[in-house]
Amino acid sequence: MTLELSHLTRRFTEYPALDDVSLEIPPGEFLALLGPSGSGKTTLLRILAGLDYPESGSVRQGDRDLLAIDARRRKVGLVFQHYALFRHLTVADNVAFGLRVRSWRTRPKRAEIAARVERLLQRVQLQDMAKRYPAQLSGGQRQRVALARALAVEPDLLLLDEPFGALDAQVRVSLRRWLRELHDELGLTTVFVTHDQEEALEMADRVAVMNRGRIEQVGTPEAIYREPATPFVCEFIGKANRIDLTRNGRGMTAAEWNFGEAPWGAGVERAQAYVRPEHLALDASMAAPGWQAQLRHVYRAGSVAHLELDAPALGQRLEAQIASEDLAGLGLCTGMNLRIRPRRAVVFPANGEHASTVSPSRWIWWENNTAAAPAAVF
Amino acid sequence: MNAMVLPRTSTWPRRLQRALLILVAVAFMLVFLLLPLAVVFTEALAKGAQTFVAAITQQEAWSSIRLTLLVAAMVVPLNVVFGIAAAWAMARFTFRGKALLGALIDLPFAVSPVIAGLIYVLLFGIQGWFGPWLDAHGIRIIFAVPGLVLASIFVTLPFVARELIPLMQAQGSEDEEAARVLGANGWQMFFRVTLPNIRWALLYGVLLCNARAMGEFGAVSVVSGHIRGLTTTMPLEVEMRYNEYDYAGAFAVASLLALLALLTLAIKTLLEWRYGDELAAHAPGGH
Repeated sequence: MTLELSHLTRRFTEYPALDDVSLEIPPGEFLALLGPSGSGKTTLLRILAGLDYPESGSVRQGDRDLLAIDARRRKVGLVFQHYALFRHLTVADNVAFGLRVRSWRTRPKRAEIAARVERLLQRVQLQDMAKRYPAQLSGGQRQRVALARALAVEPDLLLLDEPFGALDAQVRVSLRRWLRELHDELGLTTVFVTHDQEEALEMADRVAVMNRGRIEQVGTPEAIYREPATPFVCEFIGKANRIDLTRNGRGMTAAEWNFGEAPWGAGVERAQAYVRPEHLALDASMAAPGWQAQLRHVYRAGSVAHLELDAPALGQRLEAQIASEDLAGLGLCTGMNLRIRPRRAVVFPANGEHASTVSPSRWIWWENNTAAAPAAVF
Repeated sequence: MNAMVLPRTSTWPRRLQRALLILVAVAFMLVFLLLPLAVVFTEALAKGAQTFVAAITQQEAWSSIRLTLLVAAMVVPLNVVFGIAAAWAMARFTFRGKALLGALIDLPFAVSPVIAGLIYVLLFGIQGWFGPWLDAHGIRIIFAVPGLVLASIFVTLPFVARELIPLMQAQGSEDEEAARVLGANGWQMFFRVTLPNIRWALLYGVLLCNARAMGEFGAVSVVSGHIRGLTTTMPLEVEMRYNEYDYAGAFAVASLLALLALLTLAIKTLLEWRYGDELAAHAPGGH
């Protein structure tokens, strides 16, 4: 049944950790809570687990009021960032913990517990480690023990707090894929907290981007990346060049480049355009439309190259990204003068900058869809 | 001493330095620890084994041993309960006056044991605040066993709590939260997760507390009243015999007290040796 979080507010002394957060999580979904540290994502997770309570708001699942159910009985599996494995118990005893603490009426028989632990350890590929202690395992193995322990109680909801935070890069990527596959197999509603956007975008069905205790945007990774709802999402997800626009007649312009008429009409004098590095087109010919820019630096990173450009007309530095293969084709070298123009941008009216919820005035501009042709007045 | 790591090229001034340091440490130990201990045993047996046996089989000697063990047996469990409760409060919660509680736990370390004893006399003695009321109800605290227990509790109060607080603060409450989410109730959480996590620190605290409870002199001396065979613990018995010029007897009881201390030390070493691997594997920060 869909999990409904509505109007959750939680304060720690003065500053709000959660500020009127509402969210719906359909069954079987893999949801990422993404945000910088202090954005309230862990607080939200702890409220779902029953380890923290909001000052106001509700968490419901059908007609079940989750906040009225104690953490012990909520049927939630929680994997802590540092796993919180019981160090005095073996791997098998850790996994069996949730079953052994049940009252004798609901506790499975000894043999059944053993069989279930065995099955779970097989599932997380640790069947040979049953007799080891947590201290004798690697980080990735400990994480899988924590997962098996959480799954042993057959939860309705699985919560993961920075599940890959304490692992090194290589283990992280492989565990990521493995966890996603496991989720697809089990179909268990899963919420995981992360500050790593790559992780969230790669794994999750939907991503909730959080900032200062609020949810800025909820959507598929594709939507979050392509159609960010707020300036914060633009800046937090991926890279974006921020360009200031001013009204010039009917169009919004930045240093002679006319983005055309904005949908929000008159009254907005200033706006901010966010242009992703891959949405900056480069042209070596000075006759091409766009801003004049000088190539400062080229950072090659495998298949892509990051270019750092100075655009004197804009008075700022821009970052562009092209495929490494195209680099030679364009004949680029440091110090060279180029023409650059945006092909796609997300534009927000400047006065709405701090209205951090989804702004209806967001304008997604792209090259072929503008009424006004680029004003080539160079 | 084996903790000193030798550089690969050990030149002679360095070796000399090392030898000197070891020599100083060993000499210090010999003069200040081993020598007095040896003196206790030699003096106890100086007048022959018969005198020794006679001295410790006296009725007063036996009653002082019984009393010492009785006081320790009451003080240690009470301090375990208090220590765990105080450490839990200090490590898991923030509340007004937390710093004050921390300071109060340390108070017995700062206050002279004699003053501790005096406080109880002033409170419960015949001339004290509660004295008349207690007297009217026929309850004796000062110059009786309850007074000895109270004074011993006061001086040993910090041992368990001070061992546990830094450990519990370092371990955090994640393990306990994990247990709760997995369905454990309060008792299960405590006995299956918290207690195993703190058991070594708790054991150290208990041993230290026990050693102090058995060896305490000052506070106990003030509240005891020195009633032979009734309110004299072993340290008091040693002092009384010494004052009566019964050196052999004093050293005989002292040697028994020293043996009790050595026994405590032996238990600690034995446990460390027996569970050393486990200790190392489960040390906080080991994972």
